[in-house]
Amino acid sequence: MTAPLKHIPEENAAAKARAHMLAPECEVLTIPDSEPLKLDGEKLLAPFSIAYKTYGQLNADKSNAILICHALTADQYVASRHPVTGKPGWWERLVGPGKPIDTDRFFIICPNILGGCMGSTGPASIDPKTGHPYGLNFPVITIGDMVNAQVRLIDHLGIDQLFAVVGGSMGGMQVLGWCSRHMERVYSAIPIATAAWHSSQNIAFHEVGRQAVMADPNWCGGNYYEKGLVPRNGLGVARMAAHITYLSEDALHEKFGRNLQNRSERTFSFDADFQVESYLRHQGSTFVDRFDANSYLYITRAMDYFDLAAEHGDVLANAFRGTQTRFCVVSFTSDWLYPTRESRDIVQALNAVAANVSFVEIDSIKGHDAFLLEEPEFAATVEGFINSCAKRRGLAR
Amino acid sequence: MSSAHADYEPTHRVDHLLIAEMVTPGSRVLDVGCGDGALLHLLTETKDVDARGVELARDKVNACVTRGLSVIQGDADIDLDDYPDQAFDYAVLSLTIQATQYPKAVLENLVRIGRHAIVSFPNFGHWRIRTDLLLYGRMPRTRNLPEPWYLSPDAHLCTIRDFYDLCETIDADVEEAVAFNSAGRRLPIKRSLSLQNLLGEKAVFRLKKAQPAR
Repeated sequence: MTAPLKHIPEENAAAKARAHMLAPECEVLTIPDSEPLKLDGEKLLAPFSIAYKTYGQLNADKSNAILICHALTADQYVASRHPVTGKPGWWERLVGPGKPIDTDRFFIICPNILGGCMGSTGPASIDPKTGHPYGLNFPVITIGDMVNAQVRLIDHLGIDQLFAVVGGSMGGMQVLGWCSRHMERVYSAIPIATAAWHSSQNIAFHEVGRQAVMADPNWCGGNYYEKGLVPRNGLGVARMAAHITYLSEDALHEKFGRNLQNRSERTFSFDADFQVESYLRHQGSTFVDRFDANSYLYITRAMDYFDLAAEHGDVLANAFRGTQTRFCVVSFTSDWLYPTRESRDIVQALNAVAANVSFVEIDSIKGHDAFLLEEPEFAATVEGFINSCAKRRGLAR
Repeated sequence: MSSAHADYEPTHRVDHLLIAEMVTPGSRVLDVGCGDGALLHLLTETKDVDARGVELARDKVNACVTRGLSVIQGDADIDLDDYPDQAFDYAVLSLTIQATQYPKAVLENLVRIGRHAIVSFPNFGHWRIRTDLLLYGRMPRTRNLPEPWYLSPDAHLCTIRDFYDLCETIDADVEEAVAFNSAGRRLPIKRSLSLQNLLGEKAVFRLKKAQPAR
């Protein structure tokens, strides 16, 4: 175990995150008690809220809507400043005016997932039945539940068919969920750096993260909210371990090598001598300021449970039988978390039902995170695919 | 995409033009070994077909998708097994079969996946190849077979006559067969296999899986 994470005083940021969760700076759809969401775990959830951001204008026949599904620790601020961290939107490279996903042409919807902590209902939300935060009383949810909650939002917006559903990593799992459960409502789909089921290795990494959170005495069995505690160390370590899986050996080596951090000699201590240690500690501590530990447990669990083939008699192709959706599957060469092989499984299943599918593997050393970073070939692929689909859909420039 | 798309004006290959003639407008086409997507583009623009491609070279795949064509990275020798029977109206293999590892299996898949298969290939029975080999005793190098034997991707070359034999072996009926001379003109000698095989530089075959006798 490393030395404890440095507690940089970030009370302000944490308070800001908590305040945003309870009263988000964006639109919120609240589904009343009378329209509960039936969860895959058989429980009913109501009421619940979905916090979301939109960009651009919905056209008259509501045919230009693109749903963006975010990954594990992202949120609805895909193309605008994050109200807690002050950082730019997490996918501004791809989403914005004149960008491949062009907010001048399309109506972009990005909801915070169910179980999240940026305004949608999750374990940190107040349970109206008790008046206290849910904590571990929040039901265990699935990727399918997240998708079904998004369906309520799309219904609310009066959109019959989304022009596109786009997402990377866990966002890609939601894309696949949409294309399976609600295929008639998806004209085109871009599942990126994702898989149709979570691998044993990925479940293993998630379990390490969850155990780190639960081993933190401040976690208090999930009831830390009203004690004024935050399991910072546990969640920080979880983030550090996870962050390694988002990169690649080559990317780490290129960025840090064995370089020392602000010193010329080893200190013969457990300080962060190496740049890579310092970097990871920073990743851990800034993450804790904006993310809820219980949300992390629930969302990673939802990913672990994801297995689209198992939902369809162990035949992945059955998940897509009858699909009319146009697909563009994208993977990255150095992504070892969701390797190309797993994208190929998706492509194979789509071929088996003769779906319209494009499949591109992008050459990159940046690992899983490549989909969030500067990758011109990836951006060109998304743009080309979206434009050709828009042309077919009759969406003029 | 728009700029890339607009600038893209390929010189159409004669076999592509003939394939486009063979294809019914509005049909579903799979182009196996689609390369830079020239045929897909031609078919989409002139025949309004639902055209898909499979290509081995990643850079070519990415360029195709960037131009808005539906293409997957895949290997004709491996990935055709995934497709269901008769998923397409036409399964096309243009100047690719000679570069596959298992041409027979690929051709069997082609007539299975497509209600029709269209195959074009360089004819190794062309008189120039025959004379080159006869006179110089070396592997011929021509416009269609430019590389020396040790660099050539073309592992399985055949003649028009050989191809007829393969069709028969796999129970495929030849619906149409056209040979082109070195000037790219269609040979007006459809009936004489020997002349086609001697004068044809390339050939295009349209095939169909033979129906079992009732």
